[in-house]
Amino acid sequence: MEFLKDRKYSSDHEWIVVEGDEATIGITEYAQDALGEVVYVDLPSEGDTFEAGDTFGEVESVKSVSELFMPVSGEIIAINDALDDAPETINDDPYENGWMIRITMSDPEELKNLLEADEYAATLD
Amino acid sequence: MTDNLVRTPLYDEHLALGARMVDFAGFDMPVQYSGIIEEHLATRSSVGIFDVSHMAEFRVAGPGCYQFLQGMLTNDISLINETGKAQYTLMLNDDGHIIDDLIVYNTGFEYLIIANASNREKDWNWLWSHKPDDVDMVDETERTGLIAVQGPEAKRIMQELCGQDWVAPERFTLVPATIDGRISCLVARTGYTGEDGFELIVHAEDLVTVWRVLLSFNEVSPVGLGARDTLRLEMGYHLYGNDMDETRDPISAGLGWVCPKAKAEDYTGRAVVENMRAVGPKERLVHLLLEGKGVPRHGMDVLKDGEVVGIVGSGSHSPSLQKGIATAYVPADYAEPGTKLDIQIRKNVVPAVVVKPPFYKH
Repeated sequence: MEFLKDRKYSSDHEWIVVEGDEATIGITEYAQDALGEVVYVDLPSEGDTFEAGDTFGEVESVKSVSELFMPVSGEIIAINDALDDAPETINDDPYENGWMIRITMSDPEELKNLLEADEYAATLD
Repeated sequence: MTDNLVRTPLYDEHLALGARMVDFAGFDMPVQYSGIIEEHLATRSSVGIFDVSHMAEFRVAGPGCYQFLQGMLTNDISLINETGKAQYTLMLNDDGHIIDDLIVYNTGFEYLIIANASNREKDWNWLWSHKPDDVDMVDETERTGLIAVQGPEAKRIMQELCGQDWVAPERFTLVPATIDGRISCLVARTGYTGEDGFELIVHAEDLVTVWRVLLSFNEVSPVGLGARDTLRLEMGYHLYGNDMDETRDPISAGLGWVCPKAKAEDYTGRAVVENMRAVGPKERLVHLLLEGKGVPRHGMDVLKDGEVVGIVGSGSHSPSLQKGIATAYVPADYAEPGTKLDIQIRKNVVPAVVVKPPFYKH
């Protein structure tokens, strides 16, 4: 299983790619595999704000539903509308086209609480 | 993980195929191999094979077995007097509520009952406690394997496996067959997917061989319990525990057709059924097609004008329709096709419409 080194990970199986104050968030290869074929994603609206650890949405497969958790605090500046019609993109390409939300971080210091790729991989053993 | 889960004889085959295993009614069963949607669509377009060996099999024999089963089951066994005939039926308690739904086969010299795995002990005890002395019952579950072969190509594959001289059984009929020229089994034209298909009743020790022979065909995919559930729900077939249980009667559940008025003999629960048929049930099981996005699940609330009026029995995503589908118990006034209701899917109120089953039409 692949865990890219260009990003950080939460123990709740989200990844985050940081560019300045902004960041893009999605779920990991491990999460999509555990979930199975995704059939529905419920994402927040632009302008919504969340604290680190808050539920920002849900992702649902045929058999199960999982909550999505904010790895850091911030305001939603974009959501991936394409997932509405093609939720399976999360399975096919979780790290690029399967991204879920883009945020402006309110406290980039929180990134220190997240895991590097190898640390995240170690939590899965 | 619990260590005391029961394994079917195909357990190692499932692991070798990369199945994801789950606890189902105390059995360690494959929920999926390649993925629920892929397996579902493979069954609709080609052939899926399913290990359903967890299901319970009881043999009922002896001079009194016909009268005994007529009194215990709702459907009319006189309709399956010919050897090889099979029938869908219900077993009710004294309140007219549903203990289980079953398939009964007339094998010629006895009856073979196939019951839900989750109800094996309950069904056995209920039958045993009512059984007269001139009836013998044997629980054959461990000795009997069951493989469902379902899909538009199922007939062609079974013909190839059983030889060109073999005459495939008619729908809801059972015949003997020899698989691959070496394995004797019984083959029924029954299933739980809505596709043409067969269920193979095989000695437990022959199960691995039959499974492997079936998988040697390129057209055949192994299918887990996940897709078995989405396939049956697309057809509107009932699932015990979701769509009926010991709080529901056959009329409310939409299974009045399994309780024929013309049956001569009385059976346990009949008075309640006939009364319910006459006065009409307060609630009915309806089929709901989601008009919005989301996946309905068992136990979710059903709303009418913002008020909770019912509860979801079965709910899932339909891989064929790519929409949410559900069954629900609602007041009988809301059971007409076309009625608009809503389902509370966590924080979202999602509109749905009552439709006539099946959801999926061939």
